[in-house]
Amino acid sequence: MVLEIQQSELVSAVWGTLEDVTDPELDEPITDMGFVERVEVADARKVEVDFRLPTYWCSPNFAFLMAFGIKQEIARLPWVREITVTLRDHCFGEQINAGLNSDRAFSEIFAEHCGGENLEAVQLKFQEKAFIRRQETVLLALQHRGYSPGQIVSMTLKEFDQVEFQGGEESRQKPRYRSLLIERNLAREPGDPVFPTWQGERIPPDNLRKHLGDLRSVRINMEFNGALCRGLKSTRYKEVEISADGPTLVDFIHDRVPPDPSASTGR
Amino acid sequence: MYKTKDGKEIFILDGHTHFWDGSPENQANIHGKQFIECFYAYHTNLSPPDQLWEKSRFEKYSEDDIYRDLFIDGPDDMAVIQSTYLRDFYKNGFSSIERSTEMASRHPERFIVNGAFDPRDGEKALEYIHYMKENFNIQGVKMYTAEWNGESQGWALNDPAAYKCFELCDKLGIRNIHVHKGPTIIPLSKDAFDVHDVDHAATDFQNLNWIVEHCGLPRLDDFCWIATQETNVYGGLAVALPFIFSRPRYFGEVIAELLWWIGEDKILFGSDYAIWTPAWLVERFWNYQIPEDISSERGGIQLTDEIKEKILGLNAAKLYNIDPVAKLKELNAAPIQIAAE
Repeated sequence: MVLEIQQSELVSAVWGTLEDVTDPELDEPITDMGFVERVEVADARKVEVDFRLPTYWCSPNFAFLMAFGIKQEIARLPWVREITVTLRDHCFGEQINAGLNSDRAFSEIFAEHCGGENLEAVQLKFQEKAFIRRQETVLLALQHRGYSPGQIVSMTLKEFDQVEFQGGEESRQKPRYRSLLIERNLAREPGDPVFPTWQGERIPPDNLRKHLGDLRSVRINMEFNGALCRGLKSTRYKEVEISADGPTLVDFIHDRVPPDPSASTGR
Repeated sequence: MYKTKDGKEIFILDGHTHFWDGSPENQANIHGKQFIECFYAYHTNLSPPDQLWEKSRFEKYSEDDIYRDLFIDGPDDMAVIQSTYLRDFYKNGFSSIERSTEMASRHPERFIVNGAFDPRDGEKALEYIHYMKENFNIQGVKMYTAEWNGESQGWALNDPAAYKCFELCDKLGIRNIHVHKGPTIIPLSKDAFDVHDVDHAATDFQNLNWIVEHCGLPRLDDFCWIATQETNVYGGLAVALPFIFSRPRYFGEVIAELLWWIGEDKILFGSDYAIWTPAWLVERFWNYQIPEDISSERGGIQLTDEIKEKILGLNAAKLYNIDPVAKLKELNAAPIQIAAE
């Protein structure tokens, strides 16, 4: 019994770390997207994770970025000694899984399977997209609140922290925007302007509208993938059946289990 | 023909349709199975619920089905049928020119059947272009740059071998080059997404029309940039248009960008049949207005009736040398033949 409790705690801890892995094209946590299918922990040290993408054809470089992210995040847990990540039902599944679970450097595996591309450069490109999307959401919300272009472009980190949104996408994106800003060193001190461009430049008030137009066109592309992915995923996962042993934690997380009024135990 | 509420007849040329066989009998391997399943997922996810098909019909539909869906139940006057082989996935090709032409021969006044070739076949590709011109008198081709061919998992329009093929197309008067640049049905790390090869090819082949299907989504900004620079680059609405039902605001953003950048004369309607059927797409498109706030971000741009008419048929009619007025007259004189079923 004690073992079982400990086991489920470890599994929960793994699920928790996976929330920090995002789909690079969508900038959404892979757990929210329902990509992670199975998490298992053996002997309180070996972790196995299976994940599956919306289609058999999803681009392998995204699959790699997510798989690397999964390994990296799980490795932060101090008790983990061994990690096996498996991508299911993918046209390059075999190659990807072999690369993933070898001891070779991520950058080397990535270059070999993704046409020689530089892993860091690709990661940076997607980080920029995430930045753009988060910034647009926050900027539009501020504009909607009546902030003038001058107020917006001169807003400092301190003033930004004092803004409170009441729910909605902007509440979700505000801390995400902030953390990326800090991570990329685009703002550090409370007095630093909070809305630089990705290149670290300030936006003149007259340029805010054009800047928003640029952000919008990036977001239109991301949303196209996002809408398709969400839709395709929902169809693909429809074929998933709950096994004879009953639903697992994953089924609950994915809302596959209808509420059972007679059930007394909460999970 | 689509009839508006006030009785105006709108000429509809559906620029992107298929007559495919994705049935298990034709699938060569797991890739063939997954390919049609992915298409079916597109169908089920972006269609209104009352427009859903059963999987078996979706995998392989009949000559009567396509005629009814496009011209009887649907508003199309004419349709361009694209050929897509995917020879590594399907035994007899996914949608071959021979099979499509045979189907179209029942109603030649309604169909334009395009060919396809793979520049990686070298000399054979050139011979094949001659074969298609002589036997089917093709006016256009569909290029699938992400198609697998042996070890290769893609090619670019500006590869030297491709240029040889386009030189021949130019010489033979095969002017309309439809290019699949859209969602990555088949993954490549970058090329399948990238639309920059269109820029090179369009600059170097000014006599040819480059119709970028799916408007390069999800690379709309790159596509708009290229299409604005090049007078012979067009955007096909297939896959973008169905969002008009599930996410109408999003469709508004896409069409506003297209109108703003590439303009009303270079956008072409395509249903992408049989992924979607034209009846609901055209109906919704005709009744659609870009939301006010989105329009105001793009200088008050709006889908007027005149612009819709261009997109739904007039623009494509120019590319395929069709006189819409004469065509409507011809079709009206010969009433739709309802096949005995």
